[in-house]
Amino acid sequence: MRTAPVLKVADLSLTYQIRRGEVQAVQGVSFELARGQSLGLVGESGCGKSSVANCLMGLLPDNARVAGGQVMLGEQDLLPLSEDELRRYRWRRIAMVFQAAMNVLDPVYRVGQQIEEAIEAHDVEASASAARERVAGLFRKVGLDPQLMDRYPHEFSGGMRQRAVIAMALSCDPDVIIADEPTTALDVIVQDRILRELKAIQRESEMALIYISHDIAVVAEVTDIVAVMYAGRLVEFGSTAEVLTAPLHPYTAGLLSSVPSVSGERRPLVVLSGEPPNLVNPPSGCPFHPRCAAATDVCRTEFPPQAERGGHWAACWHPLDASLAPAGRVT
Amino acid sequence: MIQPSTLAQDETGIAGDAQPLIEVEGLTKRFPVSKNLFRKPTGFIQAVDNISFRLDRGESLGVVGESGCGKTTIGKLLVKLLEPDEGRIKFRFPGVAITGGEGGFVDPSALKGREMREFRRHVQMIFQDPYESMNPRRTIYDIISEPLAVQGIGSVMDRVDRVREVLTSVGLTPAADFVFRHPHELSGGQRQRIAIARALVIRPQFVVADEPTSMLDVSSRTGIMLLMQQLAAEHEISYLYVTHDLAVARYMCDRIAVMYLGKVVELAETEELLRSPLHPYTKALLSAVPVADPGHRREPPNILGDLTLTVNPPSRCRFYDRCPIATEYCRDNPHPPTVERAHGHAVACYEA
Repeated sequence: MRTAPVLKVADLSLTYQIRRGEVQAVQGVSFELARGQSLGLVGESGCGKSSVANCLMGLLPDNARVAGGQVMLGEQDLLPLSEDELRRYRWRRIAMVFQAAMNVLDPVYRVGQQIEEAIEAHDVEASASAARERVAGLFRKVGLDPQLMDRYPHEFSGGMRQRAVIAMALSCDPDVIIADEPTTALDVIVQDRILRELKAIQRESEMALIYISHDIAVVAEVTDIVAVMYAGRLVEFGSTAEVLTAPLHPYTAGLLSSVPSVSGERRPLVVLSGEPPNLVNPPSGCPFHPRCAAATDVCRTEFPPQAERGGHWAACWHPLDASLAPAGRVT
Repeated sequence: MIQPSTLAQDETGIAGDAQPLIEVEGLTKRFPVSKNLFRKPTGFIQAVDNISFRLDRGESLGVVGESGCGKTTIGKLLVKLLEPDEGRIKFRFPGVAITGGEGGFVDPSALKGREMREFRRHVQMIFQDPYESMNPRRTIYDIISEPLAVQGIGSVMDRVDRVREVLTSVGLTPAADFVFRHPHELSGGQRQRIAIARALVIRPQFVVADEPTSMLDVSSRTGIMLLMQQLAAEHEISYLYVTHDLAVARYMCDRIAVMYLGKVVELAETEELLRSPLHPYTKALLSAVPVADPGHRREPPNILGDLTLTVNPPSRCRFYDRCPIATEYCRDNPHPPTVERAHGHAVACYEA
C-alpha cells in the first residue's frame, strides 16, 4: 500500500456473553484500508461480519466484550476510548449505512431535518442555514431532489430512504464508511443505481469503504479487495479479482460455486453441505474442517497458517493452489 | 378490452400437445385505494391486469418482476387466498374428480366447503419468510402434520410415519432429532425445509413458491433450490415460482413470465428469455443484475425514472413512462397486445 492506512484493524477478537456460555464471534481479525480503497467483507449470517462493523463503530451491545486487538483510525486506537471520547470519531471520521433504512429514519421527523440534526450535533456547520444548505448538497449527491427535504420518511420509497440514509452517513464527511448490506431489500434496478452512486461518491471523495454483504456478485462490482469470513475468522484475503477468479480457500470456492448467475453458461450449482459451526463451542483446528472435503488430521487439530501468493492469502492447510501448501504439514 | 380467450392462445404460444395443469384467462385483481380508512375508495391499483397463461404438468413457471408488480398476487389468486375480480382459473387434476368441477376442470372460485378442502389437498403455497410463517409455540411435528389432520389422512400412527418420511426427504435427518423441536431452534434454511415439508406432506400437484429463498444465506439458498428441483422431479410437482431474482429463476424455471405493473410484458422459455430478451423492461432488468465476475463491466440498465404505482393508470402501455424506446404511437394507443414472436416467445410491446 502506497499511503498510510486510514483504518488498521489488528488482531481483533470479540465475544458475546450468553446464557449458554461465551460466543467467540470474532477471532484475530486483521486488515488495513487505504484512502479511496473499498473492502468487501463476505460470509454467511453469523460469521461475524456485522460484529466487526459494529465494533468499528463502537456500537456493540452490552453483552459484548472486546477480548483483544486494536482498531486504529489514523493514529488513534478507538477501542480504549470512552463513550464521550468516541463521539469525536463516530460519524465524523467513521460512519455507517445500515441495512434497514426504515428503522434508521424517525417516522415523525422530516427527512432533511434529521440529517440537519446529525450535522449540528457534530458541529460540522456553524449555523442552521449552513446545515440546511449542506443537506441540500448531500441530497443532490445521492441523487435525491433537494425539494424532498421537507418530506417525511413514509413518503419516500425504499430506494429513496436508502439514499437518505447514505446522505446521513456522508453528512460529516467521514474518512471511512461502512455499508452493511445496504441494498438487500431493494429491487435490482434501484440497487444498480444506488451502488453506482455510492461508488462514484466514494471515488470522488476518496473515502475508504467497507462493504458487508453475502451477495458475492455485488461485492465483485463494488470492491477492490475482499475479506472472506468464516466462523469469526478471516479465512481468505486478497484483491477482489484474484479472490473471486482464483480462490485459495475451499470455503470461498464453495461459496462461489453456489451463486446462480444470469449471464454466461448455466453451470450446475454446488451446495456447501452442512451449517456454520456453533461459536460457543467452535470446532478445533480449522473451523471449516467439518464441512470441508479436503480435510485431513492436521485440519482437525491445528488452525492453519496463511498460504500466500503475492498479497492474496488463505488460512488453509490444503489451499486450492497446492504449491502454496504450508510447509511441514502432516499428510 | 381484448377477449380473454384469444389472449390465452397468444400468451401461452404452445400447441395443445402438452398436458395443461392450469389455464388462466383474463385474470384481474384490483385493490381499492382510499384517502382515509373509512372513506369510499377513490381509485384502484391494478395488481393483476387481464393476464392469461397456462402451466403444464411438471412444469415450473417463473413470475419475475419488481416489488409491487403483482407477482405475489397471482400466486395468491391461484391458491385461492384471494378471489379474482375478473377472469377464470381452470385446474385439471388428472385422476382427481372434485365435485363441483365441470368438464374435467376445477374452477377454484366456484368451490366451497368440502370441495375447497379437497382442492387444497392438491394445491399448496410456500411463503417467503420462514420466520413468520410458522407458529412458534408448536412443534415441528404439529406444524407438518396439521395438513394431514385437516385432510383427515391416515391414523395418528400413520401421520408420525409420514412426518418422519417427509423430514427425511427434505434433508432433515435423522428425522427423530427434529420432530419435537420448535421453529426457533432451527436456522433459516432448516425452517424453510420445514415449510417445504409442510407443503409437500399431502403430496400436492401444484405449489406456489413465493420467493422461498430470498431471506436465506447464499449457501442454504442453493440447498433449498436443489431440494425443490429434486422433489419436483420425484413427485411430478408443478411450481409457480415467484421471485425478483432472475438468476434464481434461471435455475428453477422452465419458462419465465416478466411482469410490470400488473401486466405480463414478456413470456418465454428461460434460456431464450435470458439470451434474447425482446421487451425493453426485460432488457433493463437483466442488465441490472450484478455479475460475480470482477473483470466484467456492466452497462447501466436503460430505463427511465422510478417505479410508481399509479392509481387508475391510463390505458396506454404500462411501461410508457419509463420506456427508453417509447414513441408517439405508444402514447396514443392502448397497452400493446401480447404477440408471439418466435416459438413460445411472447411479448407485449409495439416497438420490440
